[in-house]
Amino acid sequence: MPLSDFQITENTSIFFDLRGGPSHTFKGGVLLNGIVPHFIPLDASAMKPAPFKYVAATSLAQALALKAEYGDDAKFLAGGQSLMPAMNFRLAQPAILIDINGIEDLAGIHPSGATTRVGPLTRYRALQRDEAFAGMFPLIDEALPHIAHPQIRNRGTIGGNLSHADPASELPAIAVALRARFRVQTAKQERWVEASDFFVGALTTDLKPDEMLVEIELPRVKPRTGACFMEIARRRGDFAIAGVAVMTTLGERGECTGVRLAFCGVGETPIDASSAADALIGHQPAQTTIIDVAKAAQAMIDPGGSVHATADYQRHIAGVLTERALRTAQRRARDGH
Amino acid sequence: MDIDFHDITLSVNGTKYQRRIESRLLLSDFIRHDLALAGTHVGCEHGVCGACTILLDGQPVRSCLMLAVQANHHELSTVEGLADKAGEYHPLQQAMHEHHGLQCGYCTPGILMTITAFLDENSSPSEDEVREALSGNLCRCTGYQNIVDAVLAAADRMRG
Repeated sequence: MPLSDFQITENTSIFFDLRGGPSHTFKGGVLLNGIVPHFIPLDASAMKPAPFKYVAATSLAQALALKAEYGDDAKFLAGGQSLMPAMNFRLAQPAILIDINGIEDLAGIHPSGATTRVGPLTRYRALQRDEAFAGMFPLIDEALPHIAHPQIRNRGTIGGNLSHADPASELPAIAVALRARFRVQTAKQERWVEASDFFVGALTTDLKPDEMLVEIELPRVKPRTGACFMEIARRRGDFAIAGVAVMTTLGERGECTGVRLAFCGVGETPIDASSAADALIGHQPAQTTIIDVAKAAQAMIDPGGSVHATADYQRHIAGVLTERALRTAQRRARDGH
Repeated sequence: MDIDFHDITLSVNGTKYQRRIESRLLLSDFIRHDLALAGTHVGCEHGVCGACTILLDGQPVRSCLMLAVQANHHELSTVEGLADKAGEYHPLQQAMHEHHGLQCGYCTPGILMTITAFLDENSSPSEDEVREALSGNLCRCTGYQNIVDAVLAAADRMRG
């Protein structure tokens, strides 16, 4: 809009026709040293996202009813830290945006015996600041600082992350390593999905158009288990070139009784490579076996490569991280932290 | 599609505002264009650079990754609210000035908002903690060293 479209009145308020709507006024802080700054009002073509209808849902039932009605034309807005960039690029153009941030019941951490239930609207920040949760799930606690930056972690949610299913994201791999289960719900019914069945492709999950991920169930970690999460990224907070989540459980004599091993960033979905560690089971951990396990795990991935790292380099990094994480997890299992 | 307007009420730096806005208006654009508070800068507009960082109910967030309509009934703080009523700089602003923590200044409002909230929670940060706190704000002028020095100096001054 050219500046000649402004009418500057004596009291320095600026009137202009905004986005085809009624004449719009703004005041306040306009006059600085007698100069009127050039605040350019946005016309419709300057808006980043495409048009949509916004609904601030006040209950889960309302949100699910809207999703049932609009299906793929509707998107749930949780933390918005992946959806909003996609909308700003107009890669995502939902007709209806259902904001679930006002549904307080969807946030929270609820430990109960053998499992801990986490609400999908629980923000990374809340997970990071819950010391009891960090103690129960050190694997998640160690991964959280790798997720973007403090400002993103103040908004981003666990349910939004998992539903977005970014292949480079840490939490999907961790959910697979932890054998998490997800409760997904429609307006009429609910079902449970294993994390390993939930992620079906890049940015693609098992969620149907009318479903929402409404609960993440994390089984209690066994005694004498050590956890380790490691990743390599070009810069702090960037997407991982490769990342690995490991949980090693030892028996009373120090022998390895179970290993969970999952990768992020090296395929279209998180990769469960736990079977690569079968050679460790029943034995005292040995350096030569760990090297063999890392090689077997490398053979289970097929990274795509990018401008940041070739596929060979990703595979190399995945192997190196697997060795390191297995050693660290075993040490932590032995030392009890 | 009919334009989807919403009426919102919010507070920015203690001042109440009431506006009618389109649902797809980003919070960053709302602050700059509708409230004429142009201290909040807009860089990448997809959450990478940190220039648009503001405080939402006291916590640093990317204003380009929120819709203005989501700020309804919330309290925002922007760089315009940092100096006191008499125009005295916040200790962090003063330290950034003294330690040459800015050159072009484009990233500075986002860094000030990120770090004032950080120092409220951590009054004696280590250099590593400062660098971690700064990791979500890109600066292409300073190489960060002078910003880190300024943050540590400000923390020192604010502890008294």
